[in-house]
Amino acid sequence: MNELAIQVNGLQKKFGNQMVLEGINFTVQKGEIFALLGPNGAGKTTLINILSTLAEPDAGDALINGLDIKSNKEKVKSSISLTGQFAAVDEMLTGTENLQMMGRLSGLSALEARSRGKKLLQQFDLTAVAQKRVKTYSGGMRRRLDLAVSLVVPRPIIFLDEPTTGLDSRSRRELWDIILQLAREGVTIFLTTQYLEEADQLADTIAVISKGRIVATGTPEEMKSRIGKEMVELRNDKDEIIHEIPTSGRIEDIRQIIEDIASGVPEGTRMSIRRPSLDDVFLSLTSEKEGS
Amino acid sequence: MLENQMQKTSALITTMVFIRRSVLHSLRNVDALIMAIALPIMLMLLFTYVFGGAIDSSGHYVNYVVPGIILLCAGFGSSSTAVDVATDMMNGIIDRFRTMPIQSINVITGHVVASLARNLLATGVVIIIGLLVGFHPNASILSWCAAVGMIGLFILAFTWLFAAIGLVAGNPAAASSYGFVLLFLPYLSSAFVPINTMPKWLQGIAENQPITPVIETIRALLMGGEVTNHIGLAVGWCLLILVVSIYWSTLTFKRKAGRR
Repeated sequence: MNELAIQVNGLQKKFGNQMVLEGINFTVQKGEIFALLGPNGAGKTTLINILSTLAEPDAGDALINGLDIKSNKEKVKSSISLTGQFAAVDEMLTGTENLQMMGRLSGLSALEARSRGKKLLQQFDLTAVAQKRVKTYSGGMRRRLDLAVSLVVPRPIIFLDEPTTGLDSRSRRELWDIILQLAREGVTIFLTTQYLEEADQLADTIAVISKGRIVATGTPEEMKSRIGKEMVELRNDKDEIIHEIPTSGRIEDIRQIIEDIASGVPEGTRMSIRRPSLDDVFLSLTSEKEGS
Repeated sequence: MLENQMQKTSALITTMVFIRRSVLHSLRNVDALIMAIALPIMLMLLFTYVFGGAIDSSGHYVNYVVPGIILLCAGFGSSSTAVDVATDMMNGIIDRFRTMPIQSINVITGHVVASLARNLLATGVVIIIGLLVGFHPNASILSWCAAVGMIGLFILAFTWLFAAIGLVAGNPAAASSYGFVLLFLPYLSSAFVPINTMPKWLQGIAENQPITPVIETIRALLMGGEVTNHIGLAVGWCLLILVVSIYWSTLTFKRKAGRR
């Protein structure tokens, strides 16, 4: 019981007539990285807003660190930190000023806030731009500051709403390293993403959300094993996929496939074998859902 | 007991931090700052040298118009609060403030205090320029203090009103245009011409809106007229606007949680 960071029970939210969350259930273990994976409009931000006390659910309840989000709002706020979808930093202030402001607001003394800010700027490789206004920062720098700001006072649970959306791949990797490092320090991380690769790289547990419902939950490996098999991929001479065939990966099977298709494919077709990606899982899950 | 004490300190610090933030914003928004200082100078010169002769050929119009210019500038100055607040509400930073264990409404208080400081500075500029172009006030130190107090209360009330408008508007452009309407109020008052020179139907509006008693109070305090006729109404109007605006702001701030 005590090992749960987040418990969500039958959470519902409606905007007007539209059901945005249709009864969400899941649990997050302490110290894990939990990724909520889904396309735009699936309800990810609404869910994160409810869990971080910004919005109230219409039905159902949720416990953060064992505290009810409705009846214990203020205490919940002391257990969490939220980094929203768009960098939540003050553009008119410098990096240093942003960190000191948040430090003071979190109850640090002026002196503590200053030294904590300095440390975080170092840790997040922002010392060189510390005295520059955030307005002049690149997207990656802004995101790093954003994350640094949310760590001014260590909180046991951190919410990250699409932390790498809009970043180039290098900045994305840097941010991943930071998130993994945090998790190693024992922080529980709840993040949303629309990138399957991101969930695969970071998460201990993935929940796939589609149209306001959790359609699957499990480790990345479990997710992949839902499709189970390796895929034989056939590409034409323009490198477009023309056919995908699930296989066990055993020589006999592959020989059989080649025999089956060899005569029917156009000249220049190439064949490769790959492990199923989360894309396959995702597509199969969401299309199952739509089909039913 | 102890918890109560901590809560209190934290609210004070929160407010101080937000005031510092808004003042830094004001100082760094160079365009707006130049405007806040240039506008009083330009209006003062415009009304004294361009319109003044036609309105009152005796050359004493400056003595009549200073309180009007002060309120006109204070109105312009506080209207930028609507934009500042609306901008904040659109930015992700507001969600961060809301999810921290602090009284996040104080982010608005910060903007209000910064506006008060900005506009008292602008008021000072108006008075100095006025003195340079022939303004001859006739007031004791006590009257000066009372006048500054009246102006401060006016700025406070209207800044909170503009903050509420900024909260309701939803985006800076809308906030700016809603706020604009209010800036016409000084023209429909005794700020620039005596009310008895207006058509009858307009006199009704001019006499019964908040700017007129505030103008008359400031004018009486600075020029040595009878204060008691207007001061009650002036303070009453300002307090009413202040209370309604703070209530309206608080309500809107809470209602808009999680929506940007």
